[in-house]
Amino acid sequence: MASSLNKPELIVNGKRTDGRDFDEIRPLKIVASPLKNADGSAYIEWGNNKILAAVYGPREATPRHLSDPSKAIIKCRYTMAPFSSLSEHNRTGPNRRSIEISKVIKEVFENVVMLTDFPGSQIDIFIEVLQGDGGTRAAGITAASVALASAGIHMRDLPYAVSVGRIGEHLAMDFNMIEDNYSDSDIPMAIAPRNNEILLLQMDGDMSREQMSKAMEMVIKAGEQVSTAQKDALREAYANKAGAKQ
Amino acid sequence: MDAIDTVKTSYVRELLMKGEREDSRQLLEFRPIKIETGIIKNAEGSAMVDLGATRVLAGVKTDLNEPMEDTPNQGNMVVSAELLPLASASYETGPPSPEAIEFARVVDRGIRAGNCVNLESLFVEEGKAWTVYVDLYVLNFNGNLFDAGGLAAMSALLDTGVPKYEDSKVIREERPNKLKVDNIVTPTTFAKVADKIILDPTGNEEKAASARMTIALDKESVRSMQKGLGGGFYKNEVEELIDVAFNKHEELKGIMKKAQK
Repeated sequence: MASSLNKPELIVNGKRTDGRDFDEIRPLKIVASPLKNADGSAYIEWGNNKILAAVYGPREATPRHLSDPSKAIIKCRYTMAPFSSLSEHNRTGPNRRSIEISKVIKEVFENVVMLTDFPGSQIDIFIEVLQGDGGTRAAGITAASVALASAGIHMRDLPYAVSVGRIGEHLAMDFNMIEDNYSDSDIPMAIAPRNNEILLLQMDGDMSREQMSKAMEMVIKAGEQVSTAQKDALREAYANKAGAKQ
Repeated sequence: MDAIDTVKTSYVRELLMKGEREDSRQLLEFRPIKIETGIIKNAEGSAMVDLGATRVLAGVKTDLNEPMEDTPNQGNMVVSAELLPLASASYETGPPSPEAIEFARVVDRGIRAGNCVNLESLFVEEGKAWTVYVDLYVLNFNGNLFDAGGLAAMSALLDTGVPKYEDSKVIREERPNKLKVDNIVTPTTFAKVADKIILDPTGNEEKAASARMTIALDKESVRSMQKGLGGGFYKNEVEELIDVAFNKHEELKGIMKKAQK
């Protein structure tokens, strides 16, 4: 959050640092099933974010004592590659931030996957951030959703995620890294589009009650575009069987 | 979930469908809150919070460290949490679980986003600033760790005295100055059980819950939020929860202030 010494100007002449309007999300491209070995996968480029999501399963739950005879369990691992950020070299593997993110992402998919269709099994979701530029958990969830669908896993909805935040008196969609670092608040949200249920919401900073209402409204509106990109990616993968899993 | 859990969660669910709770509370009522500060004399600050049968001890230590590169004129605050095996049959030894990490980070974010600890005041001299370590020790678990932990951390910070620093030495026996705390945030956690939204869920109610929402705020602003568990909330529900959390703020703040010595 805003703590550094040289805070950059985030809004110039009513436009954001990258020229976007407040309700405009960054360019978004999703490819379904880019990986051969995984049961399902997706690659997303969202602004400068480049993220791969892969799904393995349903397969036998291990260790065995974790398996649930009444339903499938979901495991999720979100990690950032050591070279993924502009700052110094990250350590490989999970840290406290990524463990928390993995947990809340897992909970998003526990809601939508028809777990009782696959008793005793586990479904692994792997999210690898190859290049990160703000909003990686939202992009990761959006990709993981497509990966699960491309694995043929039964879901009651295809959730998407996008973040919203506040810069001064302005609410704005989908922060990039600079905005994320210096904004007054950043709020990733995941939504089940069929009934607009909020499946993930994390917030810190400073927001009034009215600003929170407006923020939720903006997410649901901008989400249509994300949701469409997900469905288009799946359609394309299945129209072109060579691109689908062989 | 074993057989006993199944029985307990269906009991809690059936009660809530009638609008009742296992401890006969109102849906949006906290359990009795008891806070005692200054109980660990060796710590720079401490607070024990009893929220019903949930008991969390927060201890604060302050160490001199090199400031972070991007904030050379500030100290820092770090919140960690341990779900001790003595607190519940379901807690195990080993590295921190995702639950413990989420717990610590949610408490940390509320206090951090609320600018509660004055980080500039922790600067000592070129290359030296205090780091304030808040450790949350869960001693007995019966649900709603987030609020018990949030209240404990905040109360322990209010109780904290910064050690004396003289001739390049830290003298821990003397704490001439109180830690500068600029703001007080209060946490409020809700759970959705059988489509009813309740405040301050017990352990059984949490097991039966589909979704959880924690809101930390001060008098004017929402400072942090975290949705948990597999279920969801609708926009209008979130708005209502924010209203309730604002309504509980003064009461919780009063309890924390009264506990200060």
